[in-house]
Amino acid sequence: MIRADYELIAQGVSVDSRVLDLGCGDGQLLAHLQRVRRVSGYGIEIIPEQVVAALRQGVSVLQVNLEEGLSGFSDHSFDTVILSQTLQAMRHTEEILREMLRVGREGIVTFPNFGYWKHRWQVLNGTMPKSVDMPYEWYDTPNVHLCTLHDFEALCARSGVQVMERRVMNPSGHTVELMPNLLGSLAYYRIRFRG
Amino acid sequence: MTRTASSVGIVFPQVAYFDVPLRLSSGTVLPHYQLVYETYGVLNERKDNAILVCHALSGSHHVAGQYAGDLHGVGWWENMVGPGKPVDTERFFVIGVNNLGGCHGSTGPSSLNPVTGQPYGASFPFLTVEDWVESQARLADHLGISTFAAVMGGSLGAMQALQWTIRFPERVRHALIIAAAPCLSAQNIGFNEVARQAITSDPHFYGGDFYAQGVVPERGLRLARMLGHITYLSDDAMMTKFGRELIGGAPHFSLEVEFEIESYLRYQGKKFSERFDANTYLIMTKALDYFDPARATGGDLAQALQPARAQFLVLSFTTDWRFSPARSREIVQALLDNRAVVSYAEIDSNQGHDAFLMENEDYFAVMFAYLERIAGECRP
Repeated sequence: MIRADYELIAQGVSVDSRVLDLGCGDGQLLAHLQRVRRVSGYGIEIIPEQVVAALRQGVSVLQVNLEEGLSGFSDHSFDTVILSQTLQAMRHTEEILREMLRVGREGIVTFPNFGYWKHRWQVLNGTMPKSVDMPYEWYDTPNVHLCTLHDFEALCARSGVQVMERRVMNPSGHTVELMPNLLGSLAYYRIRFRG
Repeated sequence: MTRTASSVGIVFPQVAYFDVPLRLSSGTVLPHYQLVYETYGVLNERKDNAILVCHALSGSHHVAGQYAGDLHGVGWWENMVGPGKPVDTERFFVIGVNNLGGCHGSTGPSSLNPVTGQPYGASFPFLTVEDWVESQARLADHLGISTFAAVMGGSLGAMQALQWTIRFPERVRHALIIAAAPCLSAQNIGFNEVARQAITSDPHFYGGDFYAQGVVPERGLRLARMLGHITYLSDDAMMTKFGRELIGGAPHFSLEVEFEIESYLRYQGKKFSERFDANTYLIMTKALDYFDPARATGGDLAQALQPARAQFLVLSFTTDWRFSPARSREIVQALLDNRAVVSYAEIDSNQGHDAFLMENEDYFAVMFAYLERIAGECRP
């Protein structure tokens, strides 16, 4: 199964480019990008079972703790660094954002939009939100830093990060143009350092 | 993935003779020599499914299986190599070779020097990892293998695999570098030196020419092995396995064995001294000490690895303090700098350096997955 954001990400990645996928999970995205964009590069993953799954996909995977930064990679050694639905699970959010744009010329970030109306509705009704993009119970979620589109853009502005492209989707995979912070469930950003 | 794993069964060592002189790193020339080796599985028609397994300090060509009539002597990597095992002998043609200078059949210090009719002893030249790789390449030629699907090893074996990728880039498609370091630390060399001193200061060493005296520097070998064993295990693993219970329940106030660990080390030392050659031990530890591919490039490991074309799997173990994960990450770092194709796994294990020889779910899952990929590239 190809996750909804994979196609979007593939469109944001150039053919034959070098890609680093942070929190690559089972390596499906990277394998997909290798097929449709002929990219080279690595996935980074910390969970042993996921490392094995990524190896099975035929991608290069490095078992490294992202929270310790990307010191192993030199500046601008990748065309694109991807953070696909991983940002919200990171403790050091600002740091990883800075690191990804140091190591890569561009970054692609996707995350579930906490501001999606169904999420807001659940909170209004007194429960923590659960949805296709946020499928976890509050007590066993890996997500520690959920945010809305507005929150993320505010962080970018503060960190000197320029948003080059933003796409927002609803759960059926359609692009949302109208009131994206309310009607979109999944956000896609292409970013780079300003200046 | 459930597969029924079994053993390669009864195996036979083979011998290859070489009479083209081999110039060693030391400048000495070996006019002729023999290498003893074993193979498991079948070399396919395209000859692209061969895997070379390089052995570590005390290993040999006997990687897997058993010899007829000796049901105890299973190969040193029996859990890794065999039908249905990570290095699946139903898909790969696997070669184990006893390194030059060894004491299991390849020409070494305990072999007879054809010129004198006496064992080489102290006159046997020192060797380097580079020399071993050179001689292994000749064995590959002899077996008609131009390119290995993989060259692999743990510890000193991994250093040989690394050297293969530098020296013969076009002959290695994958290198599996397990529990390795790009060179020894001063602490590592220190341990080796204590082991060597234990051997050379044994009165039965006779400057390396003990064969003629009909003795073996057993005490030295035992001490060397005891020391080695301590560094191969983690503090945790040792405590878990042996604890600190007094065997008699109370102190004896004697120098007899009182703790389990003492008994274990004495047993391992004794067993080792009965089967291993003292000169080989000296040569092997020196080869470890000398290995440092970055020496030629002013300490720049990435530059040293520049010629490599292989794809890499680098693997380390969390409690390995002899070759810690940080040392493996140095190798990974250099490969990343070179934009090489590399995967890295850091296996959670409490077994220390010895973990590379032991069965561990995460470790074997990684090996299965990676070797499956290699097998997929070899056509039957």
